[in-house]
Amino acid sequence: MQHKTISEKILSLKAGQDVRSGQVAICDVDCMIANDASTPMALDYFDAMGGERVLQPENVVFAMDHYAPAPSQKATQLHERMRKFAAEQKIHTWEIGQGIGHQLIVESGRVKPGMLIVGADSHTVTCGALNTFATGIGSSDLAAVLISGKIWLRVPESIKVTLRGELRPGVFPKDIALALALKLGSDGATYEAIEFDGPGVPSLTLEDRLVLCNFVVEMGAKNGVFGGDEQTWKYLGTQYEPIVADPRAEYVRKIVMDLDKLEPQVAKPSQVDNVVPVKKAEGTEIGMVYLGTCTGGRTRDFHQALDVLRAGGGPASGVQVVVTPASNQVMQELVADGSLSEFLRMGAVVVTPGCGSCCGTCGAIPGDNVNVISTANRNFKGRMGNGTASIYLASPASCAAAAVHGRILDPREIRPASSGATKPTGANE
Amino acid sequence: MKGRARLFGDNINTDYIITSRRKRENLDPQYLRNYLFEELDPSFAATVKPDDFLVAGKNFGCGSAMEVAVTAVVGAGIRAVLAKSFSRTYFRNAVNNGLIPILCDTSGIREGDALDVDWTHSFEIRNRTTGVVVTTEPIRGIMREILDAGGLVPYFRNKGGFQL
Repeated sequence: MQHKTISEKILSLKAGQDVRSGQVAICDVDCMIANDASTPMALDYFDAMGGERVLQPENVVFAMDHYAPAPSQKATQLHERMRKFAAEQKIHTWEIGQGIGHQLIVESGRVKPGMLIVGADSHTVTCGALNTFATGIGSSDLAAVLISGKIWLRVPESIKVTLRGELRPGVFPKDIALALALKLGSDGATYEAIEFDGPGVPSLTLEDRLVLCNFVVEMGAKNGVFGGDEQTWKYLGTQYEPIVADPRAEYVRKIVMDLDKLEPQVAKPSQVDNVVPVKKAEGTEIGMVYLGTCTGGRTRDFHQALDVLRAGGGPASGVQVVVTPASNQVMQELVADGSLSEFLRMGAVVVTPGCGSCCGTCGAIPGDNVNVISTANRNFKGRMGNGTASIYLASPASCAAAAVHGRILDPREIRPASSGATKPTGANE
Repeated sequence: MKGRARLFGDNINTDYIITSRRKRENLDPQYLRNYLFEELDPSFAATVKPDDFLVAGKNFGCGSAMEVAVTAVVGAGIRAVLAKSFSRTYFRNAVNNGLIPILCDTSGIREGDALDVDWTHSFEIRNRTTGVVVTTEPIRGIMREILDAGGLVPYFRNKGGFQL
């Protein structure tokens, strides 16, 4: 028997036969997700294909996250069409304000190890953190999966990323993701899976792993996947039989990353792999700081940002800080522990949980020629709704440090007042 | 297929092909085609002609999986995209809508070059302007069947599901 990667194992299970990388298989889908940006078009394909009933509505979820709340009359009509279909077909729908689909599907406990998950949204890959095969598809494929419960997939070759050591203070999972994007390039994993492994993995919480899997699509990957361990069971509240790679599984490429040597990273405009250490971008003036999205909008992300903002005495004047929690639950946690009040006291703009301004469809749009630093995953020109703005991507702590200083700054330069250090020179000027 | 090359560079993401905020207002390809590449080349939508080919470098269609980035191109009458590489979601969405994704060395092709593209028999892309000929790999298996059917909708209606 040949040895298999995690992706080969999961797809073999779902295909009901032994499949290897390079082969094409028709697989049973366990869970599918779509949003208000992709579903209306999928319903057109569903009708054109002669679809009448969704085969397994219990396996389908819709999230209204891209246009939340609806910024125009047209968007309300897209929502209405989606609601009507969901009601007819008995599909569970997360309404406006509930949050981003990728967060909700994980938070709600729908994602379980060993699943095949497809979503009409490229960041569906996020779910691979829970030992699943999760990949993004378009609206036409979604329609076919709604009707048949199946999808054809080419089994991907895998890149093995071995993580060693532990992150030092001031360095976060987003920095690993950015460093990997630099190493692989924005097309370095096209058609391939990224399998994370190594002695550094146990130190990463499930939420840390969500950040890494979320980002693999920015390197072109079909999916990103972790094994299952204590951190996974802790998050899920119960233990599963993990899908593990065989010791002699074949990989197209092997990469080793030493987490204890990593520095804070930033992706400069307008490519996700245009990455440099934050130190090398220091001094770049920042007008807007965006905290949120499916990459960096979870409770602990806001806590990490708040730690830096608090230590630095709040945002510099003239910097707009935008807070968009990834879900209603995240927002409630921030309310309960006082974090949201603290952000509000600092003058932050708080936006409805959802995708917000990440893709420029709603929320706070940056002004002309403004430099934005964001916890998101894409920095293409025009991505946030204004083609003249420039977008930098970094960890919540690095974003917060830029808010304090009004310029990009290594977050390790800002230390809590109690430790005797103060704001960096030039802050709030 | 004969047509004219419309040239783009590397890493053309789907937001550059059509911005997310346009599809929020209307999904009709005949509406969306008016805003193709509006951030990159504001003159493109007005100058694109049916049978033009999109010609790009590596990683065409990266970023979001949004399918309007294909249907808006099809809406403009474009039948094929030539690139050194494609993102997997763009490749898949293209096939599903009958837009032919052609993997080939595009580095010698210039804006406006006249191209003959044969993706089914000789697998040659002949540049009639420069005389240079490059080749592409055949598209095989289920993807070829979907393209031959004219896209995923006719494929699915004919077969009643995916078949290998």
